[in-house]
Amino acid sequence: MSSSLVTVEITVNGVVQPRAVEPRTTLVDFLRDHLGLTGSHVGCEHGICGACSVLLDGEPVRSCCMYAVQADGMAVTTVEGLAPQRGCLSKLQDAFCETHAMQCGYCTSGMLVACHALVERTPQPDEAQIRDAIGGNICRCTGYQQIVDAVKLATSPGYQVKEARAQGTEASHG
Amino acid sequence: MKAAPFDYVRAESLEHALDCLHHNGMDAKAIAGGQSLVPMMAMRLARPTVLLDIDRLPELRQVSIETDRVRMGATTRQRTVEHGTELHAALPLVRDALRWVGHIQTRNRGTVGGSMVHADPSAELPLAAVVLDATLRLQSQAGGERQLSAQEFFLGPMFTATGETECLVEIEWPVWEGHVSTAFDETAMRHGDFAMASAACQLALDADGVCRRAAFGVGGVDGTPLAFPQLAEQLVGYRIDPGMARELAQAALQQTEPGSDLHANADYRRHLGVVMLTRVLLKAAQAHRASPELQR
Repeated sequence: MSSSLVTVEITVNGVVQPRAVEPRTTLVDFLRDHLGLTGSHVGCEHGICGACSVLLDGEPVRSCCMYAVQADGMAVTTVEGLAPQRGCLSKLQDAFCETHAMQCGYCTSGMLVACHALVERTPQPDEAQIRDAIGGNICRCTGYQQIVDAVKLATSPGYQVKEARAQGTEASHG
Repeated sequence: MKAAPFDYVRAESLEHALDCLHHNGMDAKAIAGGQSLVPMMAMRLARPTVLLDIDRLPELRQVSIETDRVRMGATTRQRTVEHGTELHAALPLVRDALRWVGHIQTRNRGTVGGSMVHADPSAELPLAAVVLDATLRLQSQAGGERQLSAQEFFLGPMFTATGETECLVEIEWPVWEGHVSTAFDETAMRHGDFAMASAACQLALDADGVCRRAAFGVGGVDGTPLAFPQLAEQLVGYRIDPGMARELAQAALQQTEPGSDLHANADYRRHLGVVMLTRVLLKAAQAHRASPELQR
């Protein structure tokens, strides 16, 4: 059986993206395969691991657990959209580097999205709130402690992104 | 892990949705939050040829808080209830249950009605619905509206009384009069995972801590969540003490038929059920004592 294409218009990282998609295209496959935004990772594909987390109208959701057609007319922010500009890092991303909050990096984009959403809502989260916010994201490398440390560091008073990472000079492709 | 192809229909009205279900029957599946259905389709355990999106119908997302009940549209998001302070006051047990439901990412999309029709035996919201004796309203084009109690609605694991052309439209939760105290607890491999056993309790106690009304139930230990109204009746007129709580919990779990799986065999599940139920009975009784408005 074949199904007909459906036209969608999804705003991704501030850019309106009109596309024709097969209805069974998940949002994460849309982001990766149709838009080339491969920062959102495909892990379990059934809502367990959290690697595909994105912000949908500002709230974290699993992009493997919805179809792109369901996001028609909505705004999506992926890990690529968290930094102020291309080649720079956000405070959270910078703090992840500082505390070594990643090893293989597979979960990192989902972790960053989940933590970003937390900090937007709760600028000074305590440890329990941080652990709750990443409760839906699985990491098999870090044991989570460095990720919790990164969020604490990023939200500590006066924390600034390291100069090189703030100006994008570390990014050769930027 | 990709869904089989399907046609997508976005409902423009409830009539449109019911018409689509009427004409497609079993081949169509309604989707709102999709937090259970999309994974089921990814694993091809569900394979609808028509996916009917009812998520954008405002008439299915109305919430009205009345003195003796809360009427909640089927596609009300779990996070709406989680963050609704007025709803917390009216339905404290639902608030307690939601703390155990999935994760932030799934509660942002998942709906209250979706949890009901999915009918996982260990799901928290169906347990709250059975304990509170909620009413579920279903509509179909041919049959109009019918109402079922939660007890009548849940038939078995992932199996409800919803007809193939019917759509769940509303959940009506009874609101108890006066001050109530509640407790919800469960054991899972990790917080947010499917519970091996869960228990929920709602009590109305007078100023002396004497039980005036009680409802409790368990999840994950049978094909559906179970409430025990006849055992709950035995609490009325008493102050709940640990011995009484354990005795009732044991009597309740004797009526269950738990399954066995990789994580817990039947005996262990029943044991966990007793522990969870004892715990929530005592916690609800103690929550009352800690309540400032009743310490005057």
